[in-house]
Amino acid sequence: MSSGSGVGGAASLASPSRGVQAGRLIERPIVLRLVSIALFAAIWQVAGLIPVSFAFPTFSDTMVAFVRMIADGSLPTAYISTLQPLILGVILATFAGVGVGTLCGLSRPGEWLLIPVFIVLQAAPVAAFIPLVTFIYGIGMTAKTLAVIILALPVIVLNTYKAVRNVNESLLVMNRSFMGTRWQEVTKIVLPDASPVIFAGLRLGVAAGFVGVVLAELLITPTGIGDLITFARSRANYAGMYATIASVIALSTVTLVALQWIEIRVFRPEKRGG
Amino acid sequence: MHAAIVRNDAVPTNVVSDAIVEVRGISKTYSGVEALRDVDLDFPRGKLTSLLGPSGCGKTTLLKIIAGLIGADRGTVAVNGKKVSAPGPERAFVFQDFALLPWATVLRNVAFGLELRGTAKEEREAIARRYVVDVGLAGFEDKYPHELSGGMRQRVGLARALCVDADVLLLDEPFSAVDEQNRRKFQEDLIRLRTNQNKTFIFVTHSIEEAVYISDRIVLLSPRPGRVSRIIEPEIDRSGDPDRIHRDKHYLDTVQEIWQGLKQYVE
Ligand SMILES: Nc1ncnc2c1ncn2[C@@H]1O[C@H](COP(=O)(O)OP(=O)(O)OP(=O)(O)O)[C@@H](O)[C@H]1O
Ligand SMILES: [Mg+2]
Repeated sequence: MSSGSGVGGAASLASPSRGVQAGRLIERPIVLRLVSIALFAAIWQVAGLIPVSFAFPTFSDTMVAFVRMIADGSLPTAYISTLQPLILGVILATFAGVGVGTLCGLSRPGEWLLIPVFIVLQAAPVAAFIPLVTFIYGIGMTAKTLAVIILALPVIVLNTYKAVRNVNESLLVMNRSFMGTRWQEVTKIVLPDASPVIFAGLRLGVAAGFVGVVLAELLITPTGIGDLITFARSRANYAGMYATIASVIALSTVTLVALQWIEIRVFRPEKRGG
Repeated sequence: MHAAIVRNDAVPTNVVSDAIVEVRGISKTYSGVEALRDVDLDFPRGKLTSLLGPSGCGKTTLLKIIAGLIGADRGTVAVNGKKVSAPGPERAFVFQDFALLPWATVLRNVAFGLELRGTAKEEREAIARRYVVDVGLAGFEDKYPHELSGGMRQRVGLARALCVDADVLLLDEPFSAVDEQNRRKFQEDLIRLRTNQNKTFIFVTHSIEEAVYISDRIVLLSPRPGRVSRIIEPEIDRSGDPDRIHRDKHYLDTVQEIWQGLKQYVE
């Protein structure tokens, strides 16, 4: 019953729902999506009725708790506290990550200097640094934002770098033959060509950002969503706990789908529809 | 037999009087591989010249040096009398692998050369629309490259090169990734385009038939290191029915003659 069990629960719930959203959601008709969600809810309901564990509520109990927590304001308040560092961290990590990744992909010295750092960061269990961040920056907004950035940045940098390095060579030659400048090369060829892999990195980065902020709140700064989960568990209010966890997963999923929508709308219009 | 092919009994030479592109003493060695050795060659204005030769003889290398995409170790290239060492507005390249932006529509791809030059959107799209029609792609303006066949994609590449209004068009095996039927149709269209565009074409090809069918002038290169081995000017009347040309005696004789010349290299 350490705080670890709460995290484990979140992670194991996250994987099936993330599998559902990945890619296919956008192409399939809405009906299939609803069926898939309904099926998931039904399995949850049955598992809760058996029950799998005394600490595992049914789907309907969870939904009731969810509505109650919205009504009494505890969930919205928690989200205001959690979303601020999350959004700020994700935005900073996106711009810094895509920027640094692009520079490393374009210049050899940048590559040699910075890429090893991010490879190590990605390999390391970065979550272990979070208590360190708190030690230095306290338990406020800064620490939470940093936690988000630490988790999100490496994968964004590395994906961007990889995509930029593997840009279609023949398009670069074409750009040169029509006298495109270096700046035009980057903005009109390299970034659009790299955008699918960059966006794959952004999706992983955003998901990691969610992990970062919740971890920070569970481990160190008892505020926001993390605090709500801890608080609900301490009072054996499992329905409330699961409602909170499920809401994070739902929000994370919606964010990732929105990101995919932006990618296709703005950067790769040829992938629309077909 | 030779005299029948070359007008006025004159053997065509490397140097011509009204040359738009002048290649002088070009040599190129890639890390130990000597691709071109001391190539002197003129390309007459307003004509279609083909570079023909065995695989690996340096055709692409020569074309890219003329385009300014790679540098030569020695020698110079002059276009309109001015020495060039980088891409310029008077030359446009058509790529073997099309090099189209997959995320851009046909219209944007065709206008891309102008987009890079900073031409206003409305103006460049108006110009691009004209060339889209010229190359036979009317109605496909808003399609993406992956929705087109290989032949259509290369038409986009050709329209993009025409759009920037260069004097010289450089085409590197533009039909090699296009199926046979489309290739024939495309060759006919190229002959037609050439008569009303008044541009100079420099065309790399593997195919003797293709070279004889479309060229005013054929430059045969020797195997590596590439040098000019012979120049042939097929005198073929292309005004009539395209199918008639393929049965024309001149045409068949010239193909045969070139094949005799090249055969030694393959054996
Ligand atoms: N970037 C390069 N690095 C090293 N060697 C090269 C490079 N490009 C070409 N070569 C070599 O130079 C020679 C000429 O190459 P090039 O591509 O110009 O030939 P080509 O006549 O166009 O051949 P093909 O008909 O097969 O296209 C070849 O032997 C090739 O292996
Ligand atoms: Mg070649």
